[in-house]
Amino acid sequence: MKHKISDETIDYVGILAKLELSAEEKEKAKIDMEKMLDYIDTLNELDTEGIEPMSHVFPVNNVFREDIVTNGDKKEEILANAPLRKEDRFEVPKTIA
Amino acid sequence: MDILSFTALELGKMIKEKRASVLDAVKAVIERAKAVEQEINSYVTLDEEGALKQAEEVQRLIDSGTLTGPLAGVPVAVKDNLCIEGQLTTCSSKILSGFKPIYTAEAVLNLKKAGAVIIGKTNMDEFAMGSTTETSYYGPTKNPHNTAHVPGGSSGGSCAAVAAQECYYSLGSDTGGSIRQPSAFCGVVGLKPTYGTVSRYGLIAYGSSLDQIGPVAKDVSDCAAILEAIASHDTKDSTSVKRKDYDFTSALTDNVKGLKIGIPRDYLGEGLDEDIRRAIRKAAEVLEERGAVVEEFDLSLVQYAIPAYYVIASAEASSNLERFDGVKYGYRTPDYEGLHNMYKKTRSEGFGAEVKRRIMLGSFVLSSGYYDAYYLKALRTKALIKQAFDRAFEKYDVILGPAAPSTAPELGKSLTDPMKMYLGDIYTVAVNLAGLPGMSVPAGKDSKGLPIGMQLIGNSFQEKTLIRTAYTYECATNKQYVVPANIGEGV
Amino acid sequence: MARQYEMVIGLEVHVELATKTKIFCGCSTEFGGAPNTHTCPVCTGMPGSLPVLNKQVVEYAMAIGLAANCNITQTCKFDRKNYFYPDNPQNYQISQLYMPIARDGYVEIESGGVKKKVRIHEMHMEEDAGKLVHDEWDDTTLVDYNRSGVPLVEIVSEPDMGSAEEVISYLEKLRMIIQYLGASDCKLQEGSMRADVNLSVREAGSETLGTRTEMKNLNSFKAIARAIEAERERQIELLEEGKPVIQETRRWDDNKESSYAMRSKEDAQDYRYFPEPDLVPIVISDEWITQIKSRQPELRSEKLERYKKEFDIPQYDAEILTESKKMADIFEASTAICGKPKKVSNWLMVETLRLLKENSMEPEDIQFSPENLAKLVDLAEAGTINSSVAKEVFEKIFSQDIDPEKYVEENGLKTVNDESALKAVIEKVIAENPKSVEDYKGGKEKAIGFLVGQSMKAMKGKADPGMVNQMLKEALK
Repeated sequence: MKHKISDETIDYVGILAKLELSAEEKEKAKIDMEKMLDYIDTLNELDTEGIEPMSHVFPVNNVFREDIVTNGDKKEEILANAPLRKEDRFEVPKTIA
Repeated sequence: MDILSFTALELGKMIKEKRASVLDAVKAVIERAKAVEQEINSYVTLDEEGALKQAEEVQRLIDSGTLTGPLAGVPVAVKDNLCIEGQLTTCSSKILSGFKPIYTAEAVLNLKKAGAVIIGKTNMDEFAMGSTTETSYYGPTKNPHNTAHVPGGSSGGSCAAVAAQECYYSLGSDTGGSIRQPSAFCGVVGLKPTYGTVSRYGLIAYGSSLDQIGPVAKDVSDCAAILEAIASHDTKDSTSVKRKDYDFTSALTDNVKGLKIGIPRDYLGEGLDEDIRRAIRKAAEVLEERGAVVEEFDLSLVQYAIPAYYVIASAEASSNLERFDGVKYGYRTPDYEGLHNMYKKTRSEGFGAEVKRRIMLGSFVLSSGYYDAYYLKALRTKALIKQAFDRAFEKYDVILGPAAPSTAPELGKSLTDPMKMYLGDIYTVAVNLAGLPGMSVPAGKDSKGLPIGMQLIGNSFQEKTLIRTAYTYECATNKQYVVPANIGEGV
Repeated sequence: MARQYEMVIGLEVHVELATKTKIFCGCSTEFGGAPNTHTCPVCTGMPGSLPVLNKQVVEYAMAIGLAANCNITQTCKFDRKNYFYPDNPQNYQISQLYMPIARDGYVEIESGGVKKKVRIHEMHMEEDAGKLVHDEWDDTTLVDYNRSGVPLVEIVSEPDMGSAEEVISYLEKLRMIIQYLGASDCKLQEGSMRADVNLSVREAGSETLGTRTEMKNLNSFKAIARAIEAERERQIELLEEGKPVIQETRRWDDNKESSYAMRSKEDAQDYRYFPEPDLVPIVISDEWITQIKSRQPELRSEKLERYKKEFDIPQYDAEILTESKKMADIFEASTAICGKPKKVSNWLMVETLRLLKENSMEPEDIQFSPENLAKLVDLAEAGTINSSVAKEVFEKIFSQDIDPEKYVEENGLKTVNDESALKAVIEKVIAENPKSVEDYKGGKEKAIGFLVGQSMKAMKGKADPGMVNQMLKEALK
């Protein structure tokens, strides 16, 4: 195995992804990621020099909307699925220390 | 004849001719589902009450001459990653517990316009990540042809429901093979359209640049008719394409004379089950007998499609799934201290192992210092893969190969080694990377009696060529749709 | 001798565009709606929803880019910026990193009599976040997504400024350009223009840049000036003590007049940008650029010259009138109606500026219509009302945009030109003030002033003082 994923890396990625892994899950995640990255490294066998990265397959561009109000007040529907709300707003733990 | 044994189009015709009622059909599939669900588990939600209500309404519209389409009144099941207003939509994940969308996906609206009666939401791999439908929070779906085996995935519920006659047809979604592979495993016809053909508005995203919704059907004619109903140019989806043709059923002709079919040698090599190799060669012979020109060729780059796919799909998924955070909808952990702890606990408890694995990988490959080496490299590989297909389609009208290297594996054998599971996507993921249409058509069974699927791949926007080829094959071999024996009888 | 320091400042300016709808959905951008009433599946991050780009956003961004002398990126794309925060419903912001719409521009500023160019590194389009309110009662945070998805451009300057004055001058210049384009109202208080300040200090004359900090939450020019001064002092103090300046984001608290670091373990500042797969590239043709240029409204310098030529207005007046787009618009519209540019200009230069100042308002806050000002000019010119009545009426126009014709009518403020009525009053005044009459006749010219005053009083101010004067003189001959 060429890739070595450290505890710090797993913790760091956990912060980015907002996932909290148990000690056991972390060990497994390290191994999984190492295996996958080794496998992904096979892409390095390919010479991609000068190849433009392709994010869209088709050359479709300039898809626009006109600046016209089409939506009305949907407040109740929008809030209907909220795990926690206070009156007309979503409630979350406080953001400012 | 049992009403359940009709195809969607046959049933539609009977309803139109008043030889059957919508209510008869709806009651029949619901009865059937109730009888077999304990064994198969195709559905996350079976909406009996809603279906009966829709049946009445649709019948009225048919009687008044408002609904005249070929699918009017036919009961359908929809994969649980498609939003339907007011109806539980979970992506088979705990994190979407109790989530009821406030709007309906465009593809489902198109179905409703065609007079479909939606009877429920089908089980899937959580967020469409998996190849077996075992990663579902709602338990695995089982293969109707042998319940000790998986139905494939991620649209396993949609394919099993059609195979087990729990609906007449269904919608699935395909990001790396999620319609074609389970269709092959379940012995049904599945089609992934060209990227942009069916609106993604209302499809809960996995890999946005790869996802497409498509039909799962009992035969090729149904498949063409369903595609015709759901395909549309949608201004709500910026990647939706305005096509020249939407008349897919016009391609249902029994004729492949002069059609050039290429079989990639790389698709018949090591790792492929011998039974499948034989079935694919046999299918090629059938088409050759009907006048097609078949030859083998080197597609190249096949081994790079999976790593490129997992980088791109995981990266997009890591971002697409950020919105599941316990704030606006779905699950929130009951105990937390502060905002970030709430996020982390909600997501760690709400997502299953496979989803977390891909989010971690996707977040890593996009993180500072790795973007070029992984993400851009994968996008460059994608460009090369597209070029390889472009070269192939200069010579061939259709590419023919297997849909999967094996038939349906036994339950519980796949998730222990994710790498091995990923390798099962070898024949399907490249099609998504290149945005091409792909179709899986039943092509016999293996020695264990499990269905084999052949895959037809077309150039962009050439669904009709695929439909024509598949239809000709179906005519030549007599319909392959076989009702699995035994299920439901013990209940 | 104490060491001399200099500041190096660059700005990131966010401007909310004046579109009717949000950047990716058809929700209204109107300010001040009840919480979550301007929302839909797209701007609240509902599963399965997809963004579609508002064309007007691209056109406003192009116009600003061109006015700021930028190169327009003719194939530009959106990227996702990933970070978790509850004001951001998708937990990623759709923004532009790799291919922003405009690059390499500059604006010219003048500070302390010296002209200089501030270079613009790049300008990009992005979506605004929702609003967080702290709930004191429950000690929680509440989220309102009305602002989520409102279109923004972010204008990133090079570190070309060296003082708070230059920064303010740059911001005022940007604001004027953008207001002239009609692309935003640029109100700092309402947050439609916001600036983050990147600041470092170094020893005067040094070539190397010091470590910079980024200051956020600056919502007035005064706050910006105070924050710059405070940060300069903070950084110099650290350097003097031999301590390092840490590269970090700091939040300014204008009440405490100090800033604090916004660091957190959970805030890795690794945004994992990648191309937004749900949106397609924007390809901007030369024709489109030409079209936007041709639609470009007259800019200030052009307008100023035109005013001098077309309306024969002095340089000073033209400068004041064109300083704000709103003021210039009212001037032109009123003039077009009444055809009296100098009179209109006078009302704007004197009474309007006075009332703005008294009410601590900006010209952009003017509410009255050019029609009503034009009517007032006509009424005063025709002698229908006298000048003191006119001032009184203008105050009503300024505060409530009343129709002066109606107002004058309803309140009986018309100047009385009825000679017989005036004559009667004058005769009465003469009869009641024999002393003044005597003085006047005895050669005290000034005594007539008192008699005019008495007559005006009796007329309740509604007479033309010139006419009263004339008639008195006649009567006393």
